[in-house]
Amino acid sequence: MVEKSGGATNAPTVPPFTREQDLTAFREMLLIRRFEEKAGQLYGMGVVGGFCHLYIGQEAVVVGVKMAAQDGDQFTTSYRDHGHMLASGMDPKGVMAELAGKRGGYSKGKGGSMHMFSREKNFYGGHGIVGAPAPIGAGVAFANAYRGDGRVSLTFFGEGASNQGQVYEAFNMAALWKLPVVFIVENNRYAMGTEISRASAQIDFSKRGDAFAIPGKQIDGMDVRIVKAAADEAIDWCRKGNGPYLIEAQTYRYRGHSMSDPAKYRSKEEVQKMREEHDPIEQVRARLIANGVSEDELKKIDANVRKTVSEAADFAMADKEPDPSELWTDVLA
Amino acid sequence: MTVNVLMPALSPTMEQGKLAKWLKSEGDAVKAGDVIAEIETDKATMEVEAVDEGVLARILVPGGTENVAVNTPIAVIAEEGEEVSDAAAPAPAPAQGDGAAAPSKAEAETIAPQSPAPVSAVSPPSAAQKAAPEVPEGTAMVSMTMREALRDAMAEEMRRDPTVFVIGEEVAEYQGAYKVTQGLLQEFGAKRVVDTPITEYGFAGVGVGAAFAGLRPIVEFMTFNFSMQAIDHIVNSAAKTLYMSGGQIRCPIVFRGPNGAAARVAAQHSQDYTAWYSQVPGLIVISPSNASDAKGLLKAAIRNDNPVVFLENEILYGKTSEVPALEDFVLPIGKARIARLGKDVTLVSFSIGMTYALHAAEELAKEGIEVEVIDLRTLRPMDTATIIESVKKTGRCVAIEEGWPQCGVSAEIAMRVQQEAFDYLDAPVLRVTGKDTPMPYAANLEKLALPSVSEVVAAAKAVLYRS
Repeated sequence: MVEKSGGATNAPTVPPFTREQDLTAFREMLLIRRFEEKAGQLYGMGVVGGFCHLYIGQEAVVVGVKMAAQDGDQFTTSYRDHGHMLASGMDPKGVMAELAGKRGGYSKGKGGSMHMFSREKNFYGGHGIVGAPAPIGAGVAFANAYRGDGRVSLTFFGEGASNQGQVYEAFNMAALWKLPVVFIVENNRYAMGTEISRASAQIDFSKRGDAFAIPGKQIDGMDVRIVKAAADEAIDWCRKGNGPYLIEAQTYRYRGHSMSDPAKYRSKEEVQKMREEHDPIEQVRARLIANGVSEDELKKIDANVRKTVSEAADFAMADKEPDPSELWTDVLA
Repeated sequence: MTVNVLMPALSPTMEQGKLAKWLKSEGDAVKAGDVIAEIETDKATMEVEAVDEGVLARILVPGGTENVAVNTPIAVIAEEGEEVSDAAAPAPAPAQGDGAAAPSKAEAETIAPQSPAPVSAVSPPSAAQKAAPEVPEGTAMVSMTMREALRDAMAEEMRRDPTVFVIGEEVAEYQGAYKVTQGLLQEFGAKRVVDTPITEYGFAGVGVGAAFAGLRPIVEFMTFNFSMQAIDHIVNSAAKTLYMSGGQIRCPIVFRGPNGAAARVAAQHSQDYTAWYSQVPGLIVISPSNASDAKGLLKAAIRNDNPVVFLENEILYGKTSEVPALEDFVLPIGKARIARLGKDVTLVSFSIGMTYALHAAEELAKEGIEVEVIDLRTLRPMDTATIIESVKKTGRCVAIEEGWPQCGVSAEIAMRVQQEAFDYLDAPVLRVTGKDTPMPYAANLEKLALPSVSEVVAAAKAVLYRS
């Protein structure tokens, strides 16, 4: 965590948000938070199965990047992907139904939590293999450069994935061919249960592109304004044809790696401290209140978000399982 | 004392080449290391250096001569002042072309898999041969190597569809490690013929991402041995995403390159991956045995909306066979070809395995055994119906592949035959495969490790209960 840039303590160095931007960020982050809380509940009820990786605590990263992106820019991430899908504009009902393995899910119930896509929303997964988004996102950027369409590929993976060899193979080619791809390392400090200093010889992940001369920036990923400003700069850099850009967004997940996390590798106090002092949503809420937005108005937003999420959950639970014939469809095009 | 300069081999699989030109003339003094001539094959060009000091006394093979067999004496170097009579010089013999009628002495003695006999995997013209149904009657045919056919297939598809591009190691400037992409850079430019770093995992993933985003990549692996670095993206990313996305994200990509044993390159460069990839739902797996199938099926693979693993064979690259002179020759994926009609026993194979099968069929024909030979061409989806139809007629089946036996393609064929034609079988299905060992380097051991014509003949006789 970069204490120096966190929270509102050194607000002057942080690019300001308009009230509208703060409201947008608040709404989008709250949607992810409430969605994930509900997904966790449904997991506990046995509605959601398998592996389920919650994004709670990391919401500012994808929301900040989304606020900097243009229509047509593509998102690719790994398996902690629900937040990215919601930020991409995918329907919460379709996402939740997919978590539940129902026919109305984005993948007709055949992908599950870790494997979801939306061609319409330019969301390219949802990949279960750690590190896989790096070359795939670079490949999406290859297509952008090939067509010369000015799109930027926004490619997310964790700091744990940053130790995968394929990430550097992708860095090298992206730099060599000047591909329009922003690599966003979401450094939540724990690769499953392994703290960064136990797994990484270089824990400044913004330097991981140095060998390929990829510009890198380490930022406080808990402050959505900082994320948006860094993403603005990175996306602009890419869109101008300068090649890839690397952002290390320092963040934190409040929940376990997955639902079956024993939480033995970090203290409750550490988690509590992050929630109290750096929560991405609370930061925005405090600013909105300071800027004269009423508690009632914020409660209204929360109520709307909760309604959306509970409708998604209702839809997912009421929806039918896929027809048995779906076992055999979509194997080949 | 005179020394013969011999036609050198440029690669483990080269059998002949062109003596392009002499850089020294008769009577010139040469010393070790001097470049005296240039030779070329369809794969590469190389300089011939003198290894001895003396005078280039005789040039035995003039510049510009095609098809000079490896090890043919091409010149004589004599010591200074030494007399060289014409009689002392050995007569050069041109190499035999594919399909030559008379086998050389060595081939007559034993048909060595690592130096394949000069018969392409296309069956030789015979009364028993069934005309390929895909080609209209009266179509003109042109002779070309499988290498040229593959290149033409890519070039034609690249002209037809601007989203098709080639990416891989040495595909552009080098003109292809095995010269399959020769000339593509010149015609299509660096944007569409992309040299990569040596980074299979990465560029396979980049290809998959580009395919998700709507391009049609042809990813060349220098050899499929190196695809093991990339198999995660081939299987986890390319093969499964259509399913995992509920049909939303297509992955129209071709992974191609030489597969299986070449010659004398030992264990890490001689593996056959057909069984590996053909196990994976979501992939199409093709492995042609001749130039015509290679062209028609590679064009089909490039147009297909699924990930296709296209397994070529280095030894077959230089083999010439007839290709229909059609403007747009595309073959159906998933359809086997009956390469030879017969009634006594069915041999099923693909790729270079067809070489053993067709040779064995010739041998068996001499004993009055009429062999039906099926070239699967596509391994996934496998054309089971064609196999079953044949086995119902013959009642006997032998499957042949260069891959390892356990869980191999032949094991799958045997399973399908016993399941669907059990009551028609007059003998257990047998298989002839590569041996269950890593590929050895030594020439004699390599030969033992690979299938052989005699093993196929023996297996066919065994299912016929003949000795």
